[in-house]
Amino acid sequence: MKQDKLIALALLMVAFSAVSGLALITVFIFKEGLPIIVKTGPGNFFLSSDWDPSSGNFGIFSMIAGSLAVTLCAMVIGTVFGLGLAIVLGEFCPPGLAAILKPVVELLAGIPSVVYGFVGVVTIVPLIRTYLGGPGLSVLASSIVLGIMVLPTVTSISMDALRAVPRTYWQGSIALGATKWQTTHMVMLKAAKSGIAAAIILGMGRAVGETMAVIMVAGNTLEVPHSILDPVRTLTSNIALEMGYASGQHREALFATGVTLFVIIMILNTIALAMARRGAGEGRTR
Amino acid sequence: MRRVSPRTAQRIVVSIMWLLAAATVGTLVFIIAFILVHGVPHITWEFLTQSPVSMGRKGGIFPMIVGTAMVAGLAVIIAAPIGVATAVYLTEYTRESRITAVIRFGADCLAGIPSIIFGLFGFVFFTITLGMGLSVVSGALTLALMVLPTIVRTSEEAIRAVPYAYREVSYGLGSTRWQMVTRVVLQSALPGICTGIVLSLGRSISETAAVMLTAGSALGLPSSLFDSSRTLALHFYILSREGVSMSNAYATASVLIISILVLNVFAYWLMHKLVRKPR
Repeated sequence: MKQDKLIALALLMVAFSAVSGLALITVFIFKEGLPIIVKTGPGNFFLSSDWDPSSGNFGIFSMIAGSLAVTLCAMVIGTVFGLGLAIVLGEFCPPGLAAILKPVVELLAGIPSVVYGFVGVVTIVPLIRTYLGGPGLSVLASSIVLGIMVLPTVTSISMDALRAVPRTYWQGSIALGATKWQTTHMVMLKAAKSGIAAAIILGMGRAVGETMAVIMVAGNTLEVPHSILDPVRTLTSNIALEMGYASGQHREALFATGVTLFVIIMILNTIALAMARRGAGEGRTR
Repeated sequence: MRRVSPRTAQRIVVSIMWLLAAATVGTLVFIIAFILVHGVPHITWEFLTQSPVSMGRKGGIFPMIVGTAMVAGLAVIIAAPIGVATAVYLTEYTRESRITAVIRFGADCLAGIPSIIFGLFGFVFFTITLGMGLSVVSGALTLALMVLPTIVRTSEEAIRAVPYAYREVSYGLGSTRWQMVTRVVLQSALPGICTGIVLSLGRSISETAAVMLTAGSALGLPSSLFDSSRTLALHFYILSREGVSMSNAYATASVLIISILVLNVFAYWLMHKLVRKPR
């Protein structure tokens, strides 16, 4: 019995490594990044678009706008395709085909982001440049690439949410004479809405945080985009592009960019977790 | 205007959704085929076993293969025991309480943090504060933290799938909790746990941003764990972005894609082994 308690204690200590990791990350990112935000003044740091590290100007507004534009457009693509796929796989697909399609979607999540970026550069970017104009490296190109990248997240979590809806709902609706599609959009999607919202928000978190693919297709210019054909720089690419040679204040400012990203991600994750929990609660109580 | 009948509406909507599904599968096949068609012809025995010449313009990728294996392998070796132990604690050694809620929250948050933040953290913590420099260890520790939540979650699911009767029989035969966990529960959950570990290995291999800031981009063969080493994914990024050599970039990407494919098929096979097992 005594040995049992010791083992439990040891396991508990190990189990806290994820939490301590999270705490360490938070402490170190903020410790490196906060001072420069305070020094520049939050107003200047967040609302100015003047990023010129050599003369000590650190304003990240254009990158916040860039991240926002790219993420929102990507989520339109990711949600339409991801949710569509989840509905097909969950409700309309014969089980044999679903067994093939599901691993295909998972494989999509396993492809390295640099490969997505590269394929985007050599296929989508020239297409946009030729047919829609502009430099090709653009909000649109990054949104398409990111939309494909977040699709597995949206699909798999939406499918879990749909699967968590009690089967009796489905049977009841069909018994009342509704078609499968009426049942899907009037009953199943409504019952699973919290879970689906969680899926979309988690996908959004992935899109905001994606780095390498975006660097390759976004163009990385330091301007607030005015159309989806304009090139942009996101928060993530700013860090990855300049970290290699930055030092002193410049490096602190990159950590401050990281702080901004970190806070955005934490807000999105907390909302998603709350949504997912509410979804699970709905399934159980009714 | 006449209303569309529910049956027609269903037919239209469902065909649109099938189109979306087909487009997704088509995209995946296109990406993989595109890389392999351009890259596989350039993969030769020399390419796999020689060092790069003039920044990767010529020569092979042997040091990157070794570097990737070291960084990703070490990351998984570090993360797997911690992840499985966490899962065992959460499932077998405690009830749902405030403590488990904190642990779960930590793992969930960690899972959502973007790789570039892990890179920043690894850079300031492992390479600078702990003085490990840009090295295989720094990269591996950073990646270990990154894949930890995946291993915890998949192991937890696998352990929960073990029928409760197994535990009762084990107790009935007079085993202690530890014996029950190690000899009965972990044994039957093994395929599921391994699936998570293999998928984490895949994620470690394909990671670029975090590795770039922690393991560095040295071209040479790492002779110790404290040497800097360029991984395959980073090498591909540098080759293609700086336009060093397109044929070598495609070939490197093909090696990367093939290893990910193999790992995914292997993980899928393991999972099926778990499902097919008699209950």
